[in-house]
Amino acid sequence: MAALDPHLDSKQERLDQRSLKLRHAIVDGLEGGGRGHLGSSLSLVEILRTLYDHVLRFKPDQPRWEERDRLILSKGHGCLALYALLADKGFFSARELRNFCKFDSFLGGHPEAGKIPGVEASTGALGHGLPIGVGMALGLRLKKSAARVFVVMGDGELNEGSIWEAAMAADKHRLGNLCCIVDYNHLQAYGPPEQVQPLEPLSDKWRSFGFDVLELNGHNVPALFEALSAPRAETGRPLIVIAHTVKGKGVPFAEGDPAWHHKSNLPLETMARIRSALGEG
Amino acid sequence: MRQASLTMVHELARQDKRVLFIGSDLGSGTLEPLRQEFPERFFMEGIAEANLIGMAAGLAMEGFIPYVNTIATFLTRRAFEQIALDVCLHHLPVRLIGSGGGLVYAPLGPTHQAIDELALMRSLPGMTVVAPSDASEMRAMMKASLDLPGPLYIRLGKGGDPVLMPEGAPDFVFGRAVVVRDLGPVLLISTGVMSDRALKAADLLAQKGIDCALLHLPTVKPLDEETIIQFAAKARLVVSIEEHSKIGGLGSALAELFIDRDLRLCPLLRLALPDAFVENYGSQDSLLKRFGLQPEGIADQVRKALESAPS
Repeated sequence: MAALDPHLDSKQERLDQRSLKLRHAIVDGLEGGGRGHLGSSLSLVEILRTLYDHVLRFKPDQPRWEERDRLILSKGHGCLALYALLADKGFFSARELRNFCKFDSFLGGHPEAGKIPGVEASTGALGHGLPIGVGMALGLRLKKSAARVFVVMGDGELNEGSIWEAAMAADKHRLGNLCCIVDYNHLQAYGPPEQVQPLEPLSDKWRSFGFDVLELNGHNVPALFEALSAPRAETGRPLIVIAHTVKGKGVPFAEGDPAWHHKSNLPLETMARIRSALGEG
Repeated sequence: MRQASLTMVHELARQDKRVLFIGSDLGSGTLEPLRQEFPERFFMEGIAEANLIGMAAGLAMEGFIPYVNTIATFLTRRAFEQIALDVCLHHLPVRLIGSGGGLVYAPLGPTHQAIDELALMRSLPGMTVVAPSDASEMRAMMKASLDLPGPLYIRLGKGGDPVLMPEGAPDFVFGRAVVVRDLGPVLLISTGVMSDRALKAADLLAQKGIDCALLHLPTVKPLDEETIIQFAAKARLVVSIEEHSKIGGLGSALAELFIDRDLRLCPLLRLALPDAFVENYGSQDSLLKRFGLQPEGIADQVRKALESAPS
């Protein structure tokens, strides 16, 4: 292992204007709904930003464009980050973020395919995205498509047995068109994975399941870009990027605090504190 | 019936490039001809039902029509959330083929006896649930399944069943009841392989001077409500007959329909398995006898119920 602790390193990362802007969009949703998985969304921003800004092929005006790359947010509770990116890319108006979780909104507390342009699969119950992603990757191969499948999972989600069933299948079928990303924010709902269900040695686990494994700072956009953009089809091996992140990244009083996994009935003054802590976006 | 169903998957795969087969860890040689002819559309994916269903959903999202087969209890109990969310929530054309529906695996005990899967599948929004009575009806249903929008659960009864629906019968239509006998003050309504036993029970009752109408419901969901109501409205006694727990299956579906349609005065005798795990082994036939679901037991219970039914 390298001497650098990627978890610590990610804490030192300074967020640029784009990262701040996207975080403010997340807070727009949080404000609109008065609730949300803030910590779980803030850890995801650079992962999704890198994918949508630099890696994925998509057409916002044709969300079902056949040649698009498929992205499944398997940790569906991080949907505010996904909604912020989809709005930013023009899949729908950013004004919709303010309707988050409202009665008539199409933006619910977990993402739903068919309702939200750009959402490939409905998620929310954990451990579903990777099996679906395996099926998509197989289907794309059968169709001789060059599109790739990206599945973003949480660290707590890796407790689910279905993830490891699907990992075996991805190896068996040599799915070079499948890329998994773990948002390893080191905090489940109750507390650190070490207190709930230890995951380490996580890289070794995935390697032994037949994956190529990259481990990096999940708030470092150039590192993410390098890991996610490299051509993979010829490798015949699925890839997993273990991205060390900080839950609540960008809002210091929420960082690393399990209480911010999910919040509801958020008062306006708390919203102001979040905005202020984030700084200008 | 199982052979008829799987052979039809091969037939459908020949007709339509979207059709593919996914099994768990089925018997050696299962669908070998399909594997030989279309190796890229044959998947044997291991004892991992959650992944099996999620993967089928992913393939369906890419435009394929997966036919998934494994033992009914594992398919419906183990992977229930995947069926609900990955398949039904997305309204995908995934076809679930449950082997050993009912008490087929009698000697293997409660882990393998599928006494609740119709209830589980029936509770899911958008799911079509079928239990054909014999191999020829299975073939007709499989042929029709290609064009069914949305998910489908197929209960496989025991193979080599007596033929109730001869070849050349009208095309299979999902949600349509089959009128096997249309006259009599007693209306028997059955599904799956129980329809053959219901017919034999009707013969026994006829010998005692009790005429029965018989509706066979290959589709448990959606119900053929109009045909059922039409027949039930003129019956002195309605009898549901199923190889399934009394909770949530055909009898429950009929009770719900009768309440909803204000037919609550029509006596409904529900012949089904009790709300209990089965404690005996033996054979499917011996267990059905134990629970009064063989023709003689059915006829006896109908006779007794008729005695107390209003005329």
